[in-house]
Amino acid sequence: MKLTVNGKTRTVTAHPMKRLLDVLREDCGLTGTKEGCGEGECGACTVLIDGVAVDSCIVPLAHAEGRKVITIEGATATRTGKALQDAFVVHGGAQCGICTPGMILAAARLKPGASEHDIKVALAGNLCRCTGYPAIFRSVKSALKRGRAR
Amino acid sequence: MPANPTSLSLERPASLKAALSMLAADPALTPIAGCTDVYVGLQFGTLTERRFIDLWDLKELRGISVDRDVLRIGALTTYTAIIQSTIVQKRLPMLVAASREVGGAQIQNRGTLGGNVANASPAGDTLPVLAAANARIVLRNHKGTRTVAFDSFYTGYRKSVRQPDELIVAIEMPRIDGQQWWRKVGTRRAQAISKIMMAAVRGRDLRIAFGSVAPTVVLAAKAAAVLRGGGSIADAQAALETEIAPIDDVRSTGEYRMKVAANLLAQFWNETR
Ligand SMILES: Cc1cc2nc3c(=O)[nH]c(=O)nc-3n(C[C@H](O)[C@H](O)[C@H](O)COP(=O)(O)OP(=O)(O)OC[C@H]3O[C@@H](n4cnc5c(N)ncnc54)[C@H](O)[C@@H]3O)c2cc1C
Ligand code: FES
Ligand code: FES
Repeated sequence: MKLTVNGKTRTVTAHPMKRLLDVLREDCGLTGTKEGCGEGECGACTVLIDGVAVDSCIVPLAHAEGRKVITIEGATATRTGKALQDAFVVHGGAQCGICTPGMILAAARLKPGASEHDIKVALAGNLCRCTGYPAIFRSVKSALKRGRAR
Repeated sequence: MPANPTSLSLERPASLKAALSMLAADPALTPIAGCTDVYVGLQFGTLTERRFIDLWDLKELRGISVDRDVLRIGALTTYTAIIQSTIVQKRLPMLVAASREVGGAQIQNRGTLGGNVANASPAGDTLPVLAAANARIVLRNHKGTRTVAFDSFYTGYRKSVRQPDELIVAIEMPRIDGQQWWRKVGTRRAQAISKIMMAAVRGRDLRIAFGSVAPTVVLAAKAAAVLRGGGSIADAQAALETEIAPIDDVRSTGEYRMKVAANLLAQFWNETR
């Protein structure tokens, strides 16, 4: 089955119902995508399919066939993704770090200058056990300011 | 999700027609759409089905349109598509409001209206909206199409009139004459499974529907009749108590739900005219 992951075409031989999460981690060797709950609740496994944020633990490989998948490895290679990553470090948005890749991907589609409300809506499907969220919202806000030149 | 999916099979029809012939030949196939319920069921082991048929790429099941004043939403339409649709914003704002409160962005990007209806959970957020909107469910099998009033779609807890060889192809809603109202009471706004939901229309039409208060969605016809007849809110609340039967479960108690339902009814009546 063919799909594009972070700009590279990949051919994977796996069951069409294998979770995209497992395909990315096991078949593509991209372990930046994390598993938190495995049931769509926590957003740790968030990736983009054709630019749309999804929980890869509840997406079958079949639904990524022929599509463009972006994982945290690909996102942080972009200007916005890098700005987000740096901001999470600077503003204490990451503690244990399990939720961070998902947070960054869920925030990746926000426009520069997004309001606090927009940020909260975009991240509503992402849980964090460590930070209590304000540091995360601060990180995203500051990255969106700095990433203006996108 | 069992770590090893090799015990599962997936048919991937290229068209709706092909999907319907596959289902005719083998009605034991279980459809998958956005998988937000199916994959959770597989993960928990609550879903015992092993053979699936994929609807996700069937373009015939997507799209939002208005024809002869009837709003038609394809079964595969996601919550995100509903939220972004200017047609739905204008004609059915209560469905937009309900969709915004389903899960978080990732769930809204994948979960579909048809999946919510077919899944038949008493806590399905769109179901009271569809009841209040007087919706019709469009079902199709390889032989043809039939349309079922939403009112008579569910026959019991997680049971509906949909036959195994049928797919939900669309949900249709006539024009709504009146003000629309929606509330979901949950523990936390995003991601929370509802403790109770209410959708209602007040105008020339008066329809009041509750979710999570009975095995299936309830159209509170008696309470509506009291209000339409100029009765007091207290009388309407008393009527409501005779037509809903909330139960105790892990999320809430029946008594709490009964109280919340009565409060929502009063709130709706005070906030609309
Ligand atoms: C974290 C999380 C949060 C959630 N929050 C909410 C919430 O707040 N409110 C809420 O109501 N739901 C919620 N859900 C449940 C779920 O997202 C919805 O029920 C969704 O609408 C299901 O759609 P789907 O396309 O993903 O369905 P799937 O999982 O693909 O399918 C669900 C069922 O419907 C059947 N089916 C799907 N499409 C069709 C069709 N066209 N014809 C016939 N049968 C069909 C399938 O066979 C299956 O039985 C949540 C789920 C998760 C994981
Ligand atoms: S691991 Fe996928 S949402 Fe939690
Ligand atoms: S930093 Fe640990 S879960 Fe968010």
